[in-house]
Amino acid sequence: MIMPILEFRNVSKIYDNITKALTDISFSVDEGEFVSIIGPSGSGKSTILRCINRLVDVTQGSIFFDGHDISQADKKEIREVRKKIGMIFQHYNLVDRLSVIENVLHGRLGYKSSISGAIGYYTEEEKERAFEILAMLGLTEQAYKRCDELSGGQKQRVGIARSLMQEPRLLLCDEPIASLDPSSAKVIMDYLSDINRTMKITCIANLHQVDVAMAYAKRIIGITAGQIVYDGPPGDLSKSKIYEIYQSEEGELITDAK
Amino acid sequence: MLSEQAEKNKKAKDNIEKKMRKAPRPEAQTSVFVIRKRTFTLAFLGLFVLFTVSALVTEYDVIGGFESLPKAVAWMAKQFIPDEKALSRLSSILSKLMETALVSVAVTVCAATCAFFFSLFGTKTTKTHPLLARTVRIVAAFFRNVPDVVWAMLLLFSFGQNILTGFFALFFATFGMMTRAFIETIDEVSASCVEALYATGATSLQTVFNGVIPSSLPEIVSWVLYMIETNIRSSTLIGMLTATGIGYLFDLYYKRMDYGSASLVVICIVILVIAIETISNKIRKVIM
Ligand SMILES: Nc1ncnc2c1ncn2[C@@H]1O[C@H](COP(=O)(O)OP(=O)(O)OP(=O)(O)O)[C@@H](O)[C@H]1O
Ligand SMILES: [Mg+2]
Repeated sequence: MIMPILEFRNVSKIYDNITKALTDISFSVDEGEFVSIIGPSGSGKSTILRCINRLVDVTQGSIFFDGHDISQADKKEIREVRKKIGMIFQHYNLVDRLSVIENVLHGRLGYKSSISGAIGYYTEEEKERAFEILAMLGLTEQAYKRCDELSGGQKQRVGIARSLMQEPRLLLCDEPIASLDPSSAKVIMDYLSDINRTMKITCIANLHQVDVAMAYAKRIIGITAGQIVYDGPPGDLSKSKIYEIYQSEEGELITDAK
Repeated sequence: MLSEQAEKNKKAKDNIEKKMRKAPRPEAQTSVFVIRKRTFTLAFLGLFVLFTVSALVTEYDVIGGFESLPKAVAWMAKQFIPDEKALSRLSSILSKLMETALVSVAVTVCAATCAFFFSLFGTKTTKTHPLLARTVRIVAAFFRNVPDVVWAMLLLFSFGQNILTGFFALFFATFGMMTRAFIETIDEVSASCVEALYATGATSLQTVFNGVIPSSLPEIVSWVLYMIETNIRSSTLIGMLTATGIGYLFDLYYKRMDYGSASLVVICIVILVIAIETISNKIRKVIM
């Protein structure tokens, strides 16, 4: 039996002692899976991803990454966990005033001593690897451009390149295509799906578009108000279940517009 | 066919109406505009009352004050034209002006450097202990809220009439001001990339050097330039207290009733400040 790479056991998250973001969430993800989390705004999708790399602390329950309970990890252990988990953001979160290649190399910071990372010392192999990844993502020509000169789609590819530099086991994508036009969005989703298949990196993506989630993910987790209401393959996700996830009536979702 | 379309339209319309009924406009919402109008009126009335009361308390004769304005201007115009004697002092004025300008630059750069490192403990980006961050903010507020002139008077006791007094007076005030400005700038410009860097496993030190500094540097330089301008102006005033720099010269000429020379000092200061403003605007354009 393969051990799951990620497991949530009865995880709850309450922000500031009042806002219940997650309530008793349990699920596990196997190595190599492509999971998509869908749910209405404020249902707790981002919170789930942020608990995994400890950008937020869980209130109750435990999360196992690669067999280790990371919900109680100390500072040093958190760093070890984070360097194995890449994250991709809706707003790319690059250092806009630095060049593409510098941003990509930031993916190596977790592997370095504090000082050598601070002064920006990277080995030749790391630089070579960075250019390989840029080439793979079609960004060779942009390597020395400043990030604020790039288009949204290009910025997101830089974000992917940065996370690939980490040699991650797991990729967390928080609404990776929410700020992109449909064609750039497709490019990004195709890259993610490629990375998942060829590099065997597990992907968890929060998506707002149900049709995109159904097309790319092998498994969909639907959450409503901090609780899992669906967990299964996209084929079994019925229309009525979608309405239940989004807590709306027939004809009220954008996908219903014809 | 046509009726089908009409049916659809009707359904859509019904839907909209249903929604609208669902969300009636709350009472409070409509009165927001009324509240705003009332706030403006009250604020205006409040200011008027404040002015009247303070004029009464200080026995300030409003009309008389305005009436004497033209006379004052005429007197100043006659007295404050630099004469030949003043021009002969130009070289000593310029050398003092130079001294003042250099001290201001030195003070600002020193204070900014200290303030930057200090502010790192006050920002959210470095994830320091909340208590430490709070302390940093309070210390900064203390230094900022004591005016530089007051700092100068306090320091006069320990240093005497000395260039160090002026230096530290400006240093403390600038330090407080800059710490606060830097904390806000850093929190504003680098929050998103800082989050991403932490997510890769970067340490705080790495995040500061790779994320915070690159993204906030232009704003910080801009602040430093602005503070240099401000400090040249303030150092003139402080110089009068500490008997150093250009402020001292102005004070000297003024007390000797050598108004021509005093006005030449003022003109030189104005030209210097305008020149520095122009240069820093150019620099800002390049770095932004
Ligand atoms: N840092 C925070 N402090 C306090 N409350 C928070 C914080 N982050 C999120 N919340 C609250 O937690 C709940 C879940 O938020 P979360 O961001 O996980 O939702 P989401 O599903 O990602 O929504 P969206 O689709 O809009 O991104 C919301 O009610 C939100 O207001
Ligand atoms: Mg979110």
